Amino acid sequence: MPRIVYCHCAYAQVVPKAVKEEVLRRLVESGVAFDAVADLCEMSAKRDPMMKQLSQEGSVKIAACYPRAVKWLFSAADAPLPLAGAEVVNMRVETADRVIDAVLGEGFKQTESA
Amino acid sequence: MIGTLKSIPRVALYEGEGSRPIAGPVRAELTRLLLEKGYAVSSIRPGGQVAPATSGVLLVLGEFLEQKPLEAVAETDAVKVLFRDIAALDVPKIMGLVESLCGTTPLPKPGGWKPWFPVIDFGRCTNCMQCLSFCLFDVYGVSTEGKIQVQHENHCKTDCPACSRVCPEVAILFPKYRSGPINGDEINSEDLRRESMKVDISSLLGGDIYQALRDRSDKAKSRFSKERDEDRALKERQRCLTKLQEQLEIPPEVLASLPSLDQIQAKAVQAKQRAADALGMNSAQLT
Repeated sequence: MPRIVYCHCAYAQVVPKAVKEEVLRRLVESGVAFDAVADLCEMSAKRDPMMKQLSQEGSVKIAACYPRAVKWLFSAADAPLPLAGAEVVNMRVETADRVIDAVLGEGFKQTESA
Repeated sequence: MIGTLKSIPRVALYEGEGSRPIAGPVRAELTRLLLEKGYAVSSIRPGGQVAPATSGVLLVLGEFLEQKPLEAVAETDAVKVLFRDIAALDVPKIMGLVESLCGTTPLPKPGGWKPWFPVIDFGRCTNCMQCLSFCLFDVYGVSTEGKIQVQHENHCKTDCPACSRVCPEVAILFPKYRSGPINGDEINSEDLRRESMKVDISSLLGGDIYQALRDRSDKAKSRFSKERDEDRALKERQRCLTKLQEQLEIPPEVLASLPSLDQIQAKAVQAKQRAADALGMNSAQLT
């Protein structure tokens, strides 16, 4: 299963609060391992070394905002996302259900039914 | 770049082998509070995978079945790993523990810097250096390879997306902007047409947008004390400028804080020279 990264967009209100809080709640309850960060923009501006750790080591699914923005935020931090194996799910436009389906996917369904 | 190459403190909520599960409400509340305080949180579950820790502080919290050392010996000196058992603690006490061990994070304060800065889409950028020429606040710079880059994110004026408005390729993003394509949304043909019109408006004004905007600001300040007739051309220019200011979406406070005309002119000359030097260097490398 791909690693999961969740961005809380803590420094602005551009991601609907209800969506991000519901996504976080369901991730926390899912029993699945994940990384959550307060704000990818802030990390990118600081070239936080954790950006490299988040972008490396195989495939990753990122619940954040627009894929083009997330891709270039990582690039700006010298931590480019892998061309294949990185999927960004947009919490600015998707519902919490769709975000969770996209992020947890089949792996989550197996876990639930197990 | 802001600050130093140092990771924000990271807290791992450990529920893997050798531990009891953390109570659901505690786990949920703790995760939310830690994120809102600016920490990174890794939720470690059996069989799952999180990003490796290679630098900074990693505080591992859990309800461990066996006693853990307070501090583990890491493979490198770059990462400090601490363990604490939270079985007997409530959420406020855990938060106090985290802050005492990891320190507080630099949360934005009213009037302080928030993560507002341009992000370049190098899939679209043609390295034309218009953003470098345009920005008066030294946000942009040129790499040793002659490539445009964002060098001083914290010089950027919060909520001002003006440089993205003059980019002819719609290659400058502000991820926290309210609407597309500046926020990173996909670019459609209508966006491209609109952006090209804005560049045309700037050309109509002779390319010196800042002087024009400053003129407008000064005129607005004095218009009540010095009412006078203006000829049609000037009125037309004013209408153009209003439109330009609206289209560039320069916040009034940024407009009001523009440097003096002399400073603007000096900075514009410097910025244009840096852009010309970079373009010249790139041309020389091509030939």
